[in-house]
Amino acid sequence: MSMTEARLASGGLIDRSKPLSFRFDGKAFTGFAGDTLASALLANGVVLTGRSFKYHRPRGIVGFGIEDPGSIVQLAGEDGSVGLPATAIPLREGLDAHSVNCWPSPAHDIFAFSQVFASLLPAGFYYKTFMWPGWHAFEPLIRRAAGLARVPAHAAPNQASEIRHGHCDVLVVGAGPAGLMAAWAAAEAGARVVLVDADRLPGGSLNHGDVSVGGVTAAAWARDLAARLDAMGNVTRLAGATVWAHREHGLVVITERDPPLPELRQRTWQMRARRIVIAAGAIERMLVFEDNDRPGVMLASAARSYLHRHAVRPGRRALVFTNNASAYATARDLAAAGIEVAAIVDSREQPDAASLAVAAGIEVLAGHVVTHAHGSRRLRGVTVAPRQGRGARRIACDLLCLSGGWTPSVHLFSQARGRLRYDEGTAAMVPDTGPATTFCAGSALGLFDLQAVLASGAEAGRRAARECGHAGGEVAVPQAGPAPAYAVEPLWCVDACAASTRAFVDLQNDVTAADIILAVREGYGAVEHVKRYTTAGMGVDQGKTGNMNVIGILAGRVGTTPAAIGTTTYRSPYEPIEFGAIAGPREGTALLPYRHTPVTPWHVRHGAVMYEAGARWRRPGYYPLPGESLDRAVERESRAVREAVGVYDGSPLGKIEIWGRDALALIEMAYTNGFASLRAGGGRYGIMMTDDGLIADDGVTFRLGDNHYMMSTSTANAEAVYRRLEEFLQCERPDWDVTLTPVTSQWCNATICGPAARELLADLDPDIDICNAAFPFMSLRDATVAGLPARIARVSFTGELSFEINVARRHGLALWERVMEAGSRHRIVPVGSEANHVLRVEKGFLSLAHEADGTADPYDLGMGWIVSKTKQEFIGKRAMEIRRSTGHRRRELVGLLPHDPDHLLPEAAPLTPGGRMERTEGLVTACVRSVAQRRVVALGLLLNGRARIGETAHVRVKDEVIAVTVTSPCFYDPDGLRLRS
Amino acid sequence: MLILSCPFCGERDESEFVCAGPARAPRMTLAAATDDAWVDYLTAPPNPKGVVRERWWHSHGCGEWLIVERDTLTHAIHATRGARHEHD
Amino acid sequence: MQRYSFFNLLRHAATGHRSWQPAWRDRPLRQIYDVIIIGAGGHGLAAAYYLARHHGISNVAVLDMGWLGGGNIARNTVTIRSNYMRDESIPFFVKSVSLYERLTRELNFNLMFSQRGMIDVIMTPGVLRQIRRRMLAMHLYGSVYEPMSVAELRRRVPALTGGGPGSRLPIMAAMLHPTAAVCRHDAVAWGYARAADDLGVEIHQNTEVKALLRGPGGAIAGVETSRGTVSARKVIVAVSGHTSTLTETVGLRLPLQTYNLTAFVSEPVKPVVDVVVNCPDLGVYVSQSDKGELVIGGALDVGQSFRQDIKQGVFENTVAALLELFPSFRRLKLLRQWGGALDFAHDATPIVSKVDIPGLYVSAGWWGGFKAVPAGGMTLAWLAANDAPHPLIEGFGLGRFRHLDYVIETGTTSSR
Repeated sequence: MSMTEARLASGGLIDRSKPLSFRFDGKAFTGFAGDTLASALLANGVVLTGRSFKYHRPRGIVGFGIEDPGSIVQLAGEDGSVGLPATAIPLREGLDAHSVNCWPSPAHDIFAFSQVFASLLPAGFYYKTFMWPGWHAFEPLIRRAAGLARVPAHAAPNQASEIRHGHCDVLVVGAGPAGLMAAWAAAEAGARVVLVDADRLPGGSLNHGDVSVGGVTAAAWARDLAARLDAMGNVTRLAGATVWAHREHGLVVITERDPPLPELRQRTWQMRARRIVIAAGAIERMLVFEDNDRPGVMLASAARSYLHRHAVRPGRRALVFTNNASAYATARDLAAAGIEVAAIVDSREQPDAASLAVAAGIEVLAGHVVTHAHGSRRLRGVTVAPRQGRGARRIACDLLCLSGGWTPSVHLFSQARGRLRYDEGTAAMVPDTGPATTFCAGSALGLFDLQAVLASGAEAGRRAARECGHAGGEVAVPQAGPAPAYAVEPLWCVDACAASTRAFVDLQNDVTAADIILAVREGYGAVEHVKRYTTAGMGVDQGKTGNMNVIGILAGRVGTTPAAIGTTTYRSPYEPIEFGAIAGPREGTALLPYRHTPVTPWHVRHGAVMYEAGARWRRPGYYPLPGESLDRAVERESRAVREAVGVYDGSPLGKIEIWGRDALALIEMAYTNGFASLRAGGGRYGIMMTDDGLIADDGVTFRLGDNHYMMSTSTANAEAVYRRLEEFLQCERPDWDVTLTPVTSQWCNATICGPAARELLADLDPDIDICNAAFPFMSLRDATVAGLPARIARVSFTGELSFEINVARRHGLALWERVMEAGSRHRIVPVGSEANHVLRVEKGFLSLAHEADGTADPYDLGMGWIVSKTKQEFIGKRAMEIRRSTGHRRRELVGLLPHDPDHLLPEAAPLTPGGRMERTEGLVTACVRSVAQRRVVALGLLLNGRARIGETAHVRVKDEVIAVTVTSPCFYDPDGLRLRS
Repeated sequence: MLILSCPFCGERDESEFVCAGPARAPRMTLAAATDDAWVDYLTAPPNPKGVVRERWWHSHGCGEWLIVERDTLTHAIHATRGARHEHD
Repeated sequence: MQRYSFFNLLRHAATGHRSWQPAWRDRPLRQIYDVIIIGAGGHGLAAAYYLARHHGISNVAVLDMGWLGGGNIARNTVTIRSNYMRDESIPFFVKSVSLYERLTRELNFNLMFSQRGMIDVIMTPGVLRQIRRRMLAMHLYGSVYEPMSVAELRRRVPALTGGGPGSRLPIMAAMLHPTAAVCRHDAVAWGYARAADDLGVEIHQNTEVKALLRGPGGAIAGVETSRGTVSARKVIVAVSGHTSTLTETVGLRLPLQTYNLTAFVSEPVKPVVDVVVNCPDLGVYVSQSDKGELVIGGALDVGQSFRQDIKQGVFENTVAALLELFPSFRRLKLLRQWGGALDFAHDATPIVSKVDIPGLYVSAGWWGGFKAVPAGGMTLAWLAANDAPHPLIEGFGLGRFRHLDYVIETGTTSSR
């Protein structure tokens, strides 16, 4: 077919100087800039665009925009996208589209036979069958049949989406007559206005008719006003953008398709609007009768829009079927474009005079309805019958324009928890009470008279601006005309077709009038039940053209009114939005940033395997030599610490400086043990609990001077501890004089540990006495080390003599390199967290993530000594006392030695009585090959464990039982002589 | 996403804050409470379908703790003040 | 009850499906029942069914403020699994899965229960440790969780192309829970409602309970509804999210807080993921429904909420996390999203318990309560019938809070 077949010789808002080639189902076609895929297909005479979801019935283009239920296609190649209706896809050069749900083509679909079984497939049929031999026997087939398009096989590059945040006084949704007026009024008042429209062309419905506004054509008026708004400094206009969510506190989410930056595919805005004017227009409804889904059946407004917007003649011989006044203009315009209009079939017994005047010269069959559409892959004609009495006759046509009335687009109003009411006059759900920040205007408010629409837009814009503190905004509402008044009489379903299994209320999901009736018959009478049982309104189009008919049919069936039925919940998004546009550039490190120390590049250069270590830190796990296994590397590193010296990067450990008169009081409140006797330069290990009396964190706190302390926390909990302390101070003890400063990232440290640590430190030229007497365990000194100002702490996490050398972050790498250089004489080895783990397990030191488990208190870990008996109060005291007052036996920390000394126990393996398949009595919290003991050692939590030292317990690892001896939880230097040396 | 009106910084997006749940009676009045009262205080915070007093921390702003009165049904915020002055 | 079968479907097709009977009946609300169940959701309807079926108590009214099956059973992410960590939890959920396995036949209602399995995708040692712990504990109770190589994961889920060696969080391991399933959630409510109705239980929709009522002795006496007072000596509260609102009408405060959880689906596409994929490290899980929609869930919103809204920030992070695993989903579209109010116990473990008011029973604190519907309903019915907990819910009693003996499940945050 040639492209001139259905394209009018002139007119339309397309650019005929820019032809575009595209493909559909492999065939080459041409359209023009300004076309959508749908209009270009219609211009090329293509009416069959795909097959339906359930029955594989032929389907074509029904609507004009995102509401279209019938023409889902898949895009290939660069555009690679899944299920959009052809009506919402702007034509572009090289577009490659395919129909969905049919094979090999929509015209010759091998699954078309499923129509034959339609009588077996009523609503919810799958709940009643497929039970024998079991659902699994049928499910694969059903799944393959379901779904529309395919996910593109390859990942699309994501640099093409960005997210912006914006603020405005007044956000106007929709740039039709009401929206333009609202934006104009608000802008004139001085408000900051954002005007959003899904169409690139401003004007909305004004572009699709022939009315005049302000003495010029409506389309010209819209263009001029948009240009005027564009010239104002306080207006931002987003064209080709959809407002798809309206959330709390004035947050609206907008996605712009093809924003004016060539490298961007789309841009999502999170806009905070103080006031929102919803002028999103209205959507025309389908009419429900038998075979109302034949390609060639189209909404009347869509046919009119194709005519005016794209200069496309969607058929040769048309018939208009309506229950309201609005479709008469379509009939008139079709006739004016040279399309034969066979008749206007109006279900109203007495159409209003204004309507009749519009369509002068066209036969009007009042009180008639269409009962059947004929044809299969293309409409051939319809059967028309009077509503009352006999006299059915067949009328040939290849285009049937339907208008079932108009449904205001209240989605965004409802999303913001606005309530709707059923308006008898317009037979539609219209906004009732809503959030104070939201105004509806125009046909979204249920107004269908153009003059009233313009006025309501101006009023909404003016009020919205005024509520943002911008008075004024008086704009003259232009005179519109001629536009006859809207009048409608509801027709939810043609009476004769009420039980038809081929009268569709939801074209996309193949839901029929009979399905609704069956749902009601079976008890699924609530509107949500109907939706869920029949799937009406759950397709990609979310039932925009059909849901109101469902409500009407349902009301009729259960003998009530649409008002009593109500609607299903309106949920975001208003239209399907690509996940890529929602996530924007957030991927990889932009989604999950990580923290690193100044030494990180050194670690990586020296072969460290980096681990995710909590609080988004990455730390060296171990440093394998070429060809070395994990186990060998860990053993080598551990042995170096026990026998010579190792160094690890302890910078991520949390650090908080605490100042003020009441600093000690805070520390006493936070930790279970006492700190009052601590002298300047001294430190103490402490455990802090939650209010629930469970261990929250541990660490060493040093006293730096009068009313001045440095608290260290575990890496993962640094932020949480700081938060808890601040919360306590500000909310519970606002009168205390304490200042907290988290300083984790200001320090970098190299912790040297091992018998040779002191010799190594001496080689780094410290300017202080580092002998054990002058610088004992658990003390802290400021010094110059390796030429750098440093703060050295004698703490130990490995059980060996250790010096934690802290320097300013900028000196971190220099310190590390000097330590490594000086250490070579002592056979120094960099040590990762794996070896650290081995060493602390040997020593029986606590690791929160392993032993505390969120369920233990200090007594459970054999650390009752750390709970002060004298302090009046500390956080968690009361709860721990209450819990322990029951005398219930608890799980306690013990050492576990497998009888087979080489048998590694999986960490987290359960202990059960006798190793039987029973309720657990504990678990292995950690298990390592001890370099000191030259055997496997483990820690565990065991019910009543301390009383069972010396006994045998059993670890159950699936089908294996491993006998272990219960011991004290320390396998190395139990008296702490080495770390104090 | 809420807009919280920090008394020190002005209107800010929720993403700058940390929510610490419902604010309860200050701890100090509970020192003499019974075990049952303490357990109740600890485990059964207010859960109203309506206005709840919450603690929020302006962690990515001024660092102040705030008391926010927020409706759990509508998310409307009725009052925001600094926690330090809550008991003045 | 009219039997559902292929044969009957065929028979009814011949008569245009005109003689199907209602799945449940509308009956007048009486003034007195043996048991009142508040909440015609999954747990409430299941409890009604088991009361009648197992305990012979069919003089039962199930009251709901809205439509039957309209609570969280209408808005969950349909995942059924038993990969828990604590002795208090695992056997309960194992039982629930096994009840689900038989439920389609038992209720004569195709729930489209589909044991597709769930794969946990693991990116950090901490999560690996938690999941291994679950694996070994679950084995004791006969629930299977088995390690899967990354290569096998890629083979089973070809669309999962993210998390490669060069990515921010490379996948280090995977774990398969083969008995995990998905199921048509509405059908579970409908199937239980139909079966309970058949056993004589009455279901009253649009009947809002305004308050609980106590008798002179302090025991429960009934409820005050929007349609008048209804008496019963036993009342079950199964109203996820709104539990404390109801119990506070008799001065009962419970250790619950109500939060919002968001879920969303994509447009329907041809089969692309045939298991449930869960990634605790990223905080997202996804499965594909029989209709072809991808069903996606993530983390909880902060702050108590009854609004059933969507927090854009939480939602965006979930989408971004999804795309980290499945970069090819960037062009896939969000079709629908929703929020649901659920109540969390102080220790995040469910509460199925008697309370201090005789005759009142509470089932609450369910998050991921869909998977618990059969066992939750069965044990709730037992509790009300015997006034004593079923052995499977001994760990879920309110008594645990009296001495702060919490049951703390960790590492399950993102895997509802």
